[in-house]
Amino acid sequence: MSTTTSPQPTRRGTRAPGDDAPASAWSTVRMVAGRELTTRLRSRAYVVTTLVMFVAVVVGGVVLHLAQGSSSATVVGLTPQTASLAQPLEASAKAAGEDVEVEQVADDAAAKKGVEDGTLDAALTGDPASFTVVVKKELDTTGTAVLTSLRQQAALASAVQKLGGDPAQVSQQLSSATLDVTALEPQPTRDGAQIVAGYVAGILLFITLQTCAQLVAQGVVEEKSSRVVELLLATVRPWQLMAGKVLGIGVVGLIQVAVVVLGGAGTAAVLGLVDASDIDLGATAAWSLVWFVVGFVMYSLALAALAALVSRQEDIGSVTAPVVMLMIVPYVIGISIAPWNPDSPIVQWLSYIPFCAPLVMPIRIALGTVETWQAVVSVLISLALVPALVWLAGRVYANAVLRTGARVKLRDALRAA
Amino acid sequence: MPTLEIDHLDKAYGTVQALRDMTFDVGSGEIFGFVGSNGAGKTTTMRIALGVLAPDSGQVRWDGSPVDLEVRRRIGYMPEERGLYPRMRVDQQLVYLARLHGKTPAEAKDAMERWTEILGVAHRRTDEVQKLSLGNQQRVQLAAALVHDPEILVLDEPFSGLDPVAVDVMSGVLRERAASGVPVLFSSHQLDLVERLCDRVGIIKDGRMVAEGAIDELRAAARPQWFVDGTPASAWAPSLASGSGLRVVSSDGPRTVVELDGASAPSPLSPDDAAQAVLQAALAAGAVRSFTPVRHSLVELYRDVVSAPTEEPAA
Repeated sequence: MSTTTSPQPTRRGTRAPGDDAPASAWSTVRMVAGRELTTRLRSRAYVVTTLVMFVAVVVGGVVLHLAQGSSSATVVGLTPQTASLAQPLEASAKAAGEDVEVEQVADDAAAKKGVEDGTLDAALTGDPASFTVVVKKELDTTGTAVLTSLRQQAALASAVQKLGGDPAQVSQQLSSATLDVTALEPQPTRDGAQIVAGYVAGILLFITLQTCAQLVAQGVVEEKSSRVVELLLATVRPWQLMAGKVLGIGVVGLIQVAVVVLGGAGTAAVLGLVDASDIDLGATAAWSLVWFVVGFVMYSLALAALAALVSRQEDIGSVTAPVVMLMIVPYVIGISIAPWNPDSPIVQWLSYIPFCAPLVMPIRIALGTVETWQAVVSVLISLALVPALVWLAGRVYANAVLRTGARVKLRDALRAA
Repeated sequence: MPTLEIDHLDKAYGTVQALRDMTFDVGSGEIFGFVGSNGAGKTTTMRIALGVLAPDSGQVRWDGSPVDLEVRRRIGYMPEERGLYPRMRVDQQLVYLARLHGKTPAEAKDAMERWTEILGVAHRRTDEVQKLSLGNQQRVQLAAALVHDPEILVLDEPFSGLDPVAVDVMSGVLRERAASGVPVLFSSHQLDLVERLCDRVGIIKDGRMVAEGAIDELRAAARPQWFVDGTPASAWAPSLASGSGLRVVSSDGPRTVVELDGASAPSPLSPDDAAQAVLQAALAAGAVRSFTPVRHSLVELYRDVVSAPTEEPAA
């Protein structure tokens, strides 16, 4: 027998409590979390998913940028006859918020040809006072409005001239006459970038919360089905094991969310995608991370407790279904209603209710339709539930995790000592 | 010398009484074999000792004080249901477990290297556990129980599924650990092994300790038997006085086994007198070629104890 002959420290009986620095509760939690962190970060699935999501937001930003660039200005061709319309055209286009670029063409025939081959979006031909708009298929509504007002101005100018007035003076007076509006219940305005950010925030949080909470559930069942949990619980308390697992996987998920959020926000900032928008990119990104943490703590505790009831990976789906539904419903409502109607009562309510808020509030924040204090209140409401959730999840987990075999009834796990 | 004391444990699962008044102790440096049929309560006792399960009443003590988490950290445990992370490397897994038991990273690494070497799995250190054969997984499982230099060893069926070489390695490790002062409690169905390895054994049945002690003590407590090779029993056995408690348990031509049954009715004869009575009766009928007391193996003692009717019907 070749067993060791090296002197083994014999520490029987006489050792003072606490020597050889027995791991404190916190350092045990940290060790458990550390194991989760290193094994998950090394997993190929995790690295690939993170990269794919990162690439998706960056490429999405670039595509958006290119699309904006190509469709930014409407090119309108003017013949020498209609060239005098250039200035009033640009002025009324600007008033309508439309970007118009004027291009001079030789004559009516050249204008038609330009529209036909697509170098021009529209052309004004004929007499400046009674010009004809040449388009390929149809004139869109903004175009119609802009050109109609142009035509009216031209008609007005000639009428003024006939009456002996100065058309330039009249037009100046006209343009200085603006409408003063006092809205009693102002509708928050949202622009395209905010809506896109709302979608991205909603989808990203749903995917990451869903996957990370499922990772916790799978981790719990892995320990249970491989029976290693018995070995662990002989030296670690159940709550330490659960807390370490939630913490470790939470950090893993937070890294993923941070990579994607920074990738998206960075791309948007570098390419100037949001220059014309009211969006507060920094706040949207920061709040997404906050809501990931809040949501993850809640969903993962609930899933850890439920997963402890079963002993096989195949049973996770059915046992966690109620909580998963609790994620899907607010997500679907949030993503389908909030961007178009952020003040709908159901969206407003859901953005405060724990277990729903993490999937709805970030969308509303991205849309710029909530005040900071409202977001803070919503976070506090969710956090207020956490201690009770910790207690409940810890109890169910501790009571169920060693009972392998048939699915443990939730009621039994809550009751059993 | 500190002692691991299992003191009057009771445990019921619903209506099934798994343990009744389970009591025994294992001293430092002692190897205690725990035998009993499936479902007798061995695993329940060990799980209670490890705090994985709570008893309904009773206590487990080490060195006079109840076993708490601090003491459990220093127990090496091999659960009946083997358990390791299937997708974790052997070395990382063992270091992790040693760290959970309070070892520093350097100590943990040293211990991992030492025990994988001793148990013959050093060449598989960087493999995932699930890639190992069952026998090698078993060796890693034992390494997991030993990697934090435990002061107490509690091993549930450590020998099941091992090849003969691995059995020798495992026995050697248990002896060596006991020699360095560790109390070793293990359960097994391989009674020959238990007989060879253990200082003391405990036989349990229906959650109760029915026999406990060194194997020689158990032998002494069992019904004495003698083997006679001579005239067939039919010629002399009837002359054994009725009421003496002596009876023939087997008779095969010239070979006869006689037993002194002191349990059903107190015998007037001491074992020595009984031996003389048997021999005289056999000699009276003719020549005796051989007369020896039967030395029971643990298997026979076990069968005897376990097949005896329980005094109290199961609740």
